[in-house]
Amino acid sequence: MSNVISAAHGASFDGAVRVEDAGVKGMITVRGDLSSAKMAKAVKSAVGLGMPDARGVKVGTKGGVAWMSPDELILFCDYADADSVVAKLEKALKGEHFLAADVSDARALFTLTGDGVREVIAKGTPADMSVEGLPLGEMRRSRLGQVAVAFWLTEEGKLELVCFRSVGQFVYEWLVNAAAKDTLPNHL
Amino acid sequence: MSTRLQNGGRLIDRSQKVEFNWNGKRLQGFKGDTLASALLANDQVLVGRSFKYHRPRGIVAAGPEEPNALVALGEGGKYEPNARATTTELFDGLDAKSQNHWPTLEFDVGAVNKMMSRFFPAGFYYKTFIAPRFAWKHVFEPIIRKAAGLGPAPKAEDRDADTYEYFYAHCDVLVVGGGIAGLAAALQAGQSGAKVLLLEQYADIGGRAPVDGVEIDGKPAQDWIDATVKALEALPNVRVRTRTMGAGVYDHGYALGYERLTDHAPKIAGPRHRLWRIRAKQIVTATGAIERPLSFAGNDIPGVMLAGAVRDYAVNHGVSVGDRVAVATNNDDAYRTAIALKEAGLDVPVIIDARPVADGPLPTKAREMGIRVETGKAVSSVYGGKRVTSVGICSQAGEGTKTDEVACDAVAMSGGWSPVVHLWSHCGGKLTWDTDTAMFRPDPARPPLGDNGEGFVSVAGTANGHLDAAAALADGFAAGDAAAAVTGYKSVVKDASVASAEAEAPILPVWSMPQGMSKKLQMKTWLDYQNDVKVSDVRLAAQEGYESVEHTKRYTTLGMATDQGKLSNINGLAVLADSLNADIPQVGTTTFRPPYHPISMGAIGGEASRHLFKPLRRSPIHEWTDANGGFWEPVGDWRRPYCYQKDGESVKDAVNREILQTRDSVSILDASTLGKIIVKGPDAGKFLDMLYTNMMSNLKVGRCRYGLMCSENGFLSDDGVVARLDEETFLCHTTSGGSDRIHAWMEEWLQTEWWDWKVYTANVTEQYAQIAIVGPNARKVIEKMGVEDMDVSAEGMPFMTFADGKIAGIQARPFRISFSGELSYEIAVPAAQGQAFWDAALAAGAEFGMTPYGTEALHVMRAEKGFIMIGDETDGTVIPQDLNLHWAISKKKEDFLGKRAMERPDMVREDRWRLVGLETEDPNVVIPDGAYAVDGTTRPNGVKHMIGRITSTYFSPTLKRSIAMALVEHGPERMGETIKFARVDGTTINAKIVDPVFLDKEGARQNV
Repeated sequence: MSNVISAAHGASFDGAVRVEDAGVKGMITVRGDLSSAKMAKAVKSAVGLGMPDARGVKVGTKGGVAWMSPDELILFCDYADADSVVAKLEKALKGEHFLAADVSDARALFTLTGDGVREVIAKGTPADMSVEGLPLGEMRRSRLGQVAVAFWLTEEGKLELVCFRSVGQFVYEWLVNAAAKDTLPNHL
Repeated sequence: MSTRLQNGGRLIDRSQKVEFNWNGKRLQGFKGDTLASALLANDQVLVGRSFKYHRPRGIVAAGPEEPNALVALGEGGKYEPNARATTTELFDGLDAKSQNHWPTLEFDVGAVNKMMSRFFPAGFYYKTFIAPRFAWKHVFEPIIRKAAGLGPAPKAEDRDADTYEYFYAHCDVLVVGGGIAGLAAALQAGQSGAKVLLLEQYADIGGRAPVDGVEIDGKPAQDWIDATVKALEALPNVRVRTRTMGAGVYDHGYALGYERLTDHAPKIAGPRHRLWRIRAKQIVTATGAIERPLSFAGNDIPGVMLAGAVRDYAVNHGVSVGDRVAVATNNDDAYRTAIALKEAGLDVPVIIDARPVADGPLPTKAREMGIRVETGKAVSSVYGGKRVTSVGICSQAGEGTKTDEVACDAVAMSGGWSPVVHLWSHCGGKLTWDTDTAMFRPDPARPPLGDNGEGFVSVAGTANGHLDAAAALADGFAAGDAAAAVTGYKSVVKDASVASAEAEAPILPVWSMPQGMSKKLQMKTWLDYQNDVKVSDVRLAAQEGYESVEHTKRYTTLGMATDQGKLSNINGLAVLADSLNADIPQVGTTTFRPPYHPISMGAIGGEASRHLFKPLRRSPIHEWTDANGGFWEPVGDWRRPYCYQKDGESVKDAVNREILQTRDSVSILDASTLGKIIVKGPDAGKFLDMLYTNMMSNLKVGRCRYGLMCSENGFLSDDGVVARLDEETFLCHTTSGGSDRIHAWMEEWLQTEWWDWKVYTANVTEQYAQIAIVGPNARKVIEKMGVEDMDVSAEGMPFMTFADGKIAGIQARPFRISFSGELSYEIAVPAAQGQAFWDAALAAGAEFGMTPYGTEALHVMRAEKGFIMIGDETDGTVIPQDLNLHWAISKKKEDFLGKRAMERPDMVREDRWRLVGLETEDPNVVIPDGAYAVDGTTRPNGVKHMIGRITSTYFSPTLKRSIAMALVEHGPERMGETIKFARVDGTTINAKIVDPVFLDKEGARQNV
């Protein structure tokens, strides 16, 4: 789909860490009873992963799943697969009370790479960005400066950050500013 | 004169000269100097003028407590007023200017104020300027503002050239202060495994111990400090941050640190200041103490300084503040200054000690060095103008009759030390008055309390009242140990380090020097240097009935200057207590509030300036709009185009052109900002019936319905079109500004009141670019774009329906809804393909002259149709009935939000202002927005009686006349009447009340 444009137009920046617009990504909001076996099965069929723990995020070969709240998940997949993932969920959860909505276009996704990614984010989030405060496998729904964001580390030195599409350009500029060379406090 | 000594200066590097500018003069200092020490090294004792009397002011202190040496630094985008010379590190090219004088520092016309000082007593402003009322604003205030004050504010056009940022940090134990007590606390807590953050306001660690000759484990304190810093750096769980001041302590272990990154070296790239926003489980404040001045006549003459500061300049910077320094004291510590100066080869002609006896180790040593010590004596007055020339001596017990006069060029004074209890007090820690040591110290039984009801701040060292080095160090270890224990880290073997210093004899509290100071001397005895508050002012306040220290503070302005009374508070309240015949603890202190010391506005703002000042929401068509003449206006956090200007076109012409193009042919609108919320579940219909005033549960799948939402109080809050996607799923459109608010409103009801209803919501506002194609040729354009999997014909997709399919190859959901009264399709497409859809539509519409239209055209067209706009026709006090929207209020429903409120007497009042349309008599006159309708009568209070107000007012290019909507008393019943609207110039505009639907009352245009 050549006419698909991500919020920050694929921009990237190399500073204290590398900041990249990660392009479009399939994202599906799922609300329902997270403790039900049917939900677990639906998630498994959609992205091939088990139910995450509270605050948890899991990434596999078919996609990812993150815990958003006691009755909400977000599923990740390829942008082009979002419709089929929604369809799988609807099929698996038929008869249940749930909501599955494609929000791929409502989001922007950024990848930060480098040793200082935790410190770049700590300039804007009140969440504890230390290794103990945000271990691998956990996601934080927090804010970056004045903007709502969610982020997690896929490995040390690699962070993914999601925000709303409309503020994607703003968040990119925020990250570029925070990731300017020689501005990290070397605290964490 | 003050000068650089041949030797000494532990903080300066004599091999590195630094050049700086002072009032245009090129001067020289050394690396490691502060601006204050460099000025003193260049015999610049006079550094400013006072706030009120423009009295000459010299450097008094050596730290952040400095009240006088406030200077203007830099120029243009780097200009900063009121910077303290004592905390400004010297760098090459530093440019500083003195403040608050005219024309020059040495000769100041404003100083005549001081001759008038008897006419400027406490409360002078209140007494003098109360009448006549107008005179304050127009006469007195402008004059006083010019005469009084400190450095001028930066010019508005000079944007701050620097950047700032925040950093959020979390730790178990936050230690504020890197003196020996703070180091001990950090070491102890760090060794036990706790995550420790130590903040030190200065560039170098260690505090006063090295200056005071303290020994630790038998060696100079510096050795222990160096070893401890090394040990801390080796601990992976400890961080030490210099040039970072602990600025404030707040609830729940929240603290602010103020890091100055480039003030000492502006050429370093990166942010100038970093505001540390710290969440700590325990906070240990080891903030030391501040020396108190003595209250004697002439204590503000340049050259009168704190004894500790005189010692600091000699030991730290190798600077002598004078060749002959007289010392005035009530304690032993000041003898250290006399001894240090003598050792540096300077003359100390006399030590004036108010105590009857002084025979501890320090006084004994001073005497052995040949220094004249006068006990039981006081300073009767200091002599000199812009510089001390001599000091008069009298008996401390008397009224101040001079018995001797000693020539000197500086006076080192010490009235004792006050622990820095600010951070302890910020969040509610209480103080206790210690009579023996004459100081307020933290009361450990009444700490600031955290969420568990336990204290979360403790105090260590001198700040805790331990003026003795041995006790201070031991206290630091204990505090660190205790703080770590509270956060769950087991105590390790305590460090055995022991500090020692010369023993000190007790202090004699001296609040007035001499004891029975005459009225005449009181008027020359300064308490607050920056705000010109004298002993006589506080006594006058007491005499006039001011008993509370808070009231006295405001009446006299004592402690209200930028130093927040760091030097003056204790002396001032002691004078007040004495005047009231009360004990000091009875009078108490004023409230300590953060920040401890002024921090930059830039740091408070953090990164949020320039392009990052406020988040900007961009629609998928934002860049295109920006590049194609979009004239932006803010709508919520979005920017929307008011209109799209063509080259050379005025805004007004653009709006008119866009309207006529739409009415005549076809236009395109970016409506992406419209809120879109999915509501799904077996109870979704029931839920929407509660939220909307009209019925939604009976809406058929595939159809749309306009609805109103009210608050519980019945007032209109939002409106929009609801579409039913399937049996269980609705899509609710909200206003552009209302999407987040309405989503939160839905969730609040679902989570707090109707938690057992089976409904889920999702805000999908940004998932879709919503693009409206509007006008008689709209369908032709869409068909030309290529429609798949649906029928957009008049029969296939009637008004108020929607369908899913593809347009121009893009997944699309057109809604046949109209806010303009024209044939209109609002088409939702995936946001990432919004621009592609827009481009395809423009290409297809070219043959019809299709152009985009902005928000103003949208507004005018909806007003021509009499459609209301949330925020125009509503203002939070308007109910649907006011807008004749009775048809949208269900009578069948048992309940909905706002239903009962609409039955309140005020809501059913028959004379509520209600919506009407207006046509001006002169079709070319547009009534000003918000104008009031007047009936020609006057209310008892002299105000014109108002009977209505304009809510929307435009020139309609379609109707070629001015149209307006208004809320008018008995409006709909007065159809055809002409009423008057007042203009601000006193004239009125005549307008006839008409139906608010000006165009196409039957709705034929949209239904084709």
